[in-house]
Amino acid sequence: MGAVEIGLLVLLAFVFVFGVGVVVANRRGGTALPPTAPPVERASRDAVAAKSGTILEEREAAEAEAEAELDEAESDVVEVEPEPAPGTLRERLAKARSTFAGAISGVLGRSGITDESFEDLEEALLRADVGVGITDELLDGLRAKVKAKEITEPEALLDGLQEEMASRLRGSDRALNFEARGDSEPNVWMFVGVNGVGKTTTIGKLANQQTIDGRSVLLAAGDTFRAAAAEQLNTWAERSGSEFVRGAEGGDPSSVIFDGVERAASKNVDLVMADTAGRLHTKSNLMDELKKVRRVAEKGAGQVTETLLVIDATTGQNGLIQAKEFNDATDVTGVVLTKLDGSAKGGIVFAIETDLGIPVKLVGIGETIGDLIPFDPDDFVNALFER
Amino acid sequence: MFDNLSGRLEGIVKKIRGKGRLTEADVDEVMKEIRSALLEADVNVTVVRSVCNRIREHAIGATRSKALDPGQQVVKAVNDELTRALGGETLSVQFSSKPPTVVLMAGLQGSGKTTNSAKLASWFKSQGRQPLLVGADLQRPAAVEQLRTLGAQIDVPVYSDPEDPILTAHQGLEEAKRLGKDVLIVDTAGRLSIDSEMMEQVRLISGAVDPDYTFLVIDAMTGQDAVQTAEAFHETLQIDGVIMSKMDGDARGGAALSVKEVIGRPIAFASTGEKLNEFEQFHPDRMASRILGMGDMLTLIEQAERAFEQHEAEEAAQKMMDGQFTLDDFLDQMQQIKKMGSLGNIMSMMPGIPKELKNADISDDDLKPIEAIIRSMTMEERTFPKVINGSRRQRIAAGSGTQVGDVNRLVKQFDEMQKMMKKMGVLGGGMPGGKKGKKGKGPKRPKGLPPGLNLEEGGMDIPGLPGTPGMPGIPGLQR
Repeated sequence: MGAVEIGLLVLLAFVFVFGVGVVVANRRGGTALPPTAPPVERASRDAVAAKSGTILEEREAAEAEAEAELDEAESDVVEVEPEPAPGTLRERLAKARSTFAGAISGVLGRSGITDESFEDLEEALLRADVGVGITDELLDGLRAKVKAKEITEPEALLDGLQEEMASRLRGSDRALNFEARGDSEPNVWMFVGVNGVGKTTTIGKLANQQTIDGRSVLLAAGDTFRAAAAEQLNTWAERSGSEFVRGAEGGDPSSVIFDGVERAASKNVDLVMADTAGRLHTKSNLMDELKKVRRVAEKGAGQVTETLLVIDATTGQNGLIQAKEFNDATDVTGVVLTKLDGSAKGGIVFAIETDLGIPVKLVGIGETIGDLIPFDPDDFVNALFER
Repeated sequence: MFDNLSGRLEGIVKKIRGKGRLTEADVDEVMKEIRSALLEADVNVTVVRSVCNRIREHAIGATRSKALDPGQQVVKAVNDELTRALGGETLSVQFSSKPPTVVLMAGLQGSGKTTNSAKLASWFKSQGRQPLLVGADLQRPAAVEQLRTLGAQIDVPVYSDPEDPILTAHQGLEEAKRLGKDVLIVDTAGRLSIDSEMMEQVRLISGAVDPDYTFLVIDAMTGQDAVQTAEAFHETLQIDGVIMSKMDGDARGGAALSVKEVIGRPIAFASTGEKLNEFEQFHPDRMASRILGMGDMLTLIEQAERAFEQHEAEEAAQKMMDGQFTLDDFLDQMQQIKKMGSLGNIMSMMPGIPKELKNADISDDDLKPIEAIIRSMTMEERTFPKVINGSRRQRIAAGSGTQVGDVNRLVKQFDEMQKMMKKMGVLGGGMPGGKKGKKGKGPKRPKGLPPGLNLEEGGMDIPGLPGTPGMPGIPGLQR
């Protein structure tokens, strides 16, 4: 480690911390920079793009990334025949070897309930991404019951856990909220989430269901960020016979949603489904953009009656932070848990429901148009315990 | 509750740091905490068990030895174990003697294969290679278009044939040979590991190109399932390495640790941002330090070296110490830093940055007004900011599209920084080698930590940062 590196490092630290310090100080100082250059408040990415060539590249790169991630998630669905053949959770999950299978045979293989029984269950819960906190709570409850002789048989231990898990999820209102409003006053359902979770696909599937249920639907392509997003949504609009509104690529997402609501109002459409670009919840400028989209969606005749957070079932404990951040930004009213047909179990929803009180409303269990079903706590837990 | 892994471990260490000796009960408590911390970081259950067992052995050893600071020994044990579990060495890519060297990309839907294919191509280019990208993801309509857009950005050609993914892969290989390309990167469609039909397809693609490297792309936010997915893909394809995507989020990256441990293949690359150059080789030893909160100084230095002109930097560093660092130099250095990648990314690698700053989510654009202000100054003003009077201020503000107050603040803060740097220069006196970090004692120093960085707590307090503790001493040294 030579003197040069040391110098470099110190230099770096200074320049960097100073630069950042000025930014933060300016921000806190409240002396707002003129509207032409307040980068934090202004979240629209196209404005950034317009500034200079370098930034344009950034934007394209970022756009590309978002596109790639989202497309991958959503791609397969576009090609699929629109054959609504609603599957069941149990059928779909049977494909994946049960996470609980080992624990179940372990517990049932002993003549009584031992410490090992609890260890087996703990491992199964953790493997399902239920998380340390909830797992401890669940097992402490069971231990107390065993101690009080309420549970004495291994079979009853499993039933007890299953019941405890399901009861934690019961009681929430999981119906999608649609308010009867005036003729030209559409409901707006917004879809938010990180990159690659399957927002556009979810909208496509749901639009189809809502149309079948007799509601007129308009899809607003608020993901102006990635190139193919609007085209993809358009395909879904055609398939479900919904209206469709898009803006210029790289345009302001808020204005697309606003236009969508206006169009819906003028055509007496019941429901606007608003797509948004995927974003990591740690990027505060993009989260600000989302806040604005939500605000603007209610500027006209529309009212946001659902804000659905789409979460990928493979997500680990980070899912709770995602839910918290998106909730802070947009008042999330429900969760859509996607890709539950893979080997992941989606146990993070226990924490999301318990800690944040946000109900899971829908689950995605496959790639065909019918593979989006209402979330049923008992089915969900039963599927985990499939014996 | 939302503390990250390094935060948790720091808390644990604090608890036991003061103790002269550890009892077994202490160890049990520590192990419980470490276990939860690892589990909350999405480290796989099985991996947690084996890692914890090993740490426990070390820790018990520490209770018996009469070591001065058992807390440090535990930290060392944790660090060693994490490094070990993450894999010892950085994967070094060996190029095939019969070009092209073929790389196959695979993974679940939405993990980021297409983007990382392009990033990897860009990386190979920076290594002086000539890659060809192949779009074998015919599952989704826009995938190939997507790859073409990215390819155009990095000036790498893309081959695809809309007929059949296996055929595309095969023809891509022929194309690479024909064009004399020495690296071939094959992007494939996302698939679930339990979808046997799709897994068979990717196996056939692999057979058609006989890859030298098969990389599995895994989302850093993945939970326990990362292991199942990795195992399934490994069974079908023989994975050579993993690319962790979306590492710029706040996921704690336990998946990285687990996958390495379970399939025995290293994490080869990490994708750390949205720009195509925010992609780096994965260094296990550095990652462990990062998890432990020591920052990733080695990576940082490397990036700096790449971006900075060496002598320029030396000069600037000298100027800084002498207190002759001008706003113009500052502007220069800002440009250099920008070359290193996004500020948020750099910040995450710097140890000891106050949490407040880290959370501030600085985007590169935030620095624009500062740049604009300096650019609106004359050379004289940049060198001697003291000459800036009222009318000059107004001119600068108008020229940069900012307010006079902004100009004032910048000048004032720069002045304070300069004063402090002068002090530092005197204090540092040429930055003598580590005065506290005695060798052979205390926890293993992260390799990348330069000895000169033994700054006293709060010694680098940056003025103009209300409510932040400045830069505290660099952690990882003697506590």
